[in-house]
Amino acid sequence: MEKKFVMHFPPVLVDKPIISTIVRKYNLEFNILKAFVSPEEEGTLVIAFSGEEKNVFDAVEELKSKGVKIQLIESDIRMIKERCTDCSVCIALCPTGALYLNRNTYEVKFEPEKCIACELCIKGCPTNAMISTI
Amino acid sequence: MKTIREINEKIKRGEVVVLTADEIIELKKSTNVKKLAKEVDVVTTGTFGPMCSSGVFLNFGHSKEKIKMGGGRVYLNNVPAYSGLAAVDVYLGATALPDDDPRNTKYPGEFKYGGGHVIEDLVSGKEIELVAYAYGTDCYPKKYLKTKITINDINEAILFNPRNCYQNYNVAVNLSNKTIYTYMGVLKPNLGNANYCSAGQLSPLLKDPYLKTIGFGTRIFLGGGIGYVCWWGTQYNPGVKRRENGVPTIPGATLALIGDLKQMKVEFLKGASLTGYGTSLIVGVGIPIPILNEEILNWVSIPDEEIYAPVVDYSYDYPNSTGNILDYVNYSQLKSGKIKLMGKEIPTGSLSSYKKAKEIAEILKKWIESGEFLLTEPIFYFPGPESGYKFKPMKEV
Ligand code: SF4
Ligand code: SF4
Repeated sequence: MEKKFVMHFPPVLVDKPIISTIVRKYNLEFNILKAFVSPEEEGTLVIAFSGEEKNVFDAVEELKSKGVKIQLIESDIRMIKERCTDCSVCIALCPTGALYLNRNTYEVKFEPEKCIACELCIKGCPTNAMISTI
Repeated sequence: MKTIREINEKIKRGEVVVLTADEIIELKKSTNVKKLAKEVDVVTTGTFGPMCSSGVFLNFGHSKEKIKMGGGRVYLNNVPAYSGLAAVDVYLGATALPDDDPRNTKYPGEFKYGGGHVIEDLVSGKEIELVAYAYGTDCYPKKYLKTKITINDINEAILFNPRNCYQNYNVAVNLSNKTIYTYMGVLKPNLGNANYCSAGQLSPLLKDPYLKTIGFGTRIFLGGGIGYVCWWGTQYNPGVKRRENGVPTIPGATLALIGDLKQMKVEFLKGASLTGYGTSLIVGVGIPIPILNEEILNWVSIPDEEIYAPVVDYSYDYPNSTGNILDYVNYSQLKSGKIKLMGKEIPTGSLSSYKKAKEIAEILKKWIESGEFLLTEPIFYFPGPESGYKFKPMKEV
């Protein structure tokens, strides 16, 4: 199974290699969708873990016990292609590149794997083509 | 060099040469202007973006017991239409909202359904609830009516848009430190994104910058059907500053358009919800440009790199009409996906669909090639830069 999480690391943990230790310990694969450090030095990571269900949740529990704040990304964002006009106004809003424009065909594409469910595209789409289902 | 009559003869004989604006730009790189102007007869353009100044005139026909909606109130799927006309004529505008829509009280408002969406539903043949309240007269006694209509049940459905097809438009950015919700879309703080709204080198009025071929009566592609230019558009501003190639540096000309809604298609007419702003109608327009001489050929082949749009801050400068322009960028930069502004690289997004604009230019090309669409000689031309015609701000007292 694969699950996506938003993780906030307090400044003391930002420099520590916790993620690599954890994924090794629980035999997980991971994919970092977005990472940044705020001016207050708090780190934010949007990350997908895949592996056995129990291992994924045990890994999350262990991270929490170390002081990492974690939210599971639950809502599922979808594109209703029939409503999409390929305008591209959403692509400049999307923080992860999950929405992008093919500059040869001028078609706008959605890659759900990269989506972090920030819902900016839902606010930004003029034709209500982006929807969230939970 | 060529006349519209001669071009129409060629269309009828099946000999006309039609290219889209994208195609002529490519071809001009390798062919000389004289030869091209001689060989090409028509260049087609296209655009597909939200155009708020759009709406429909509807005539419902009379109920058995007659009702005079004029002076009363009329709702289509709960969206109010303007009824200050004769008994069963109304005008429904794209930005109209249900009386009970929360608007921006829950900021930013969602504006999921308004006039633009009713128009989309009409075009797609869906049933619409019609409710009317009247005061009753001797000849029109009925005071209340509730029924269901579709576009096929009613007499006329005429799309009439007082202002479409802006010649050039602002690129919107946000210099403030909070997200703002505008008619140019969601703008992230501190220059988080830059939104534009034009098809650039495919956009109709950028290809005939002085409106030398477009005027009253010009036949066009409108919303998937055939329409006509029926006046210059509101806020028409031909006297703006131009670059050497004739292209205005800021929004210039506009057009008023009219056409039979019953011919139109939902792929080219769509309701829009602009978060925090309101509803609108996304309109597809394509205008054919006859290549009468070399000068016109030069205009239609102006490429994205030579069309510049003004970048405007929508957090302060636009709402307060300061007139401040942060910079100019061209459509080639805008279409690349990022622009540089004030030392920062900013991702760009377009409210206007270039893919749809290309489709429209292609369809119009096919219509002309197949002989089903003839060009029109305008009945009269619109005021040019020399006329002194100007778009004035409001006089406030
Ligand atoms: S919700 Fe929309 S904007 Fe946010 S990451 Fe997913 S696709 Fe991109
Ligand atoms: S904003 Fe909406 S209509 Fe435009 S490309 Fe994105 S999903 Fe499609």
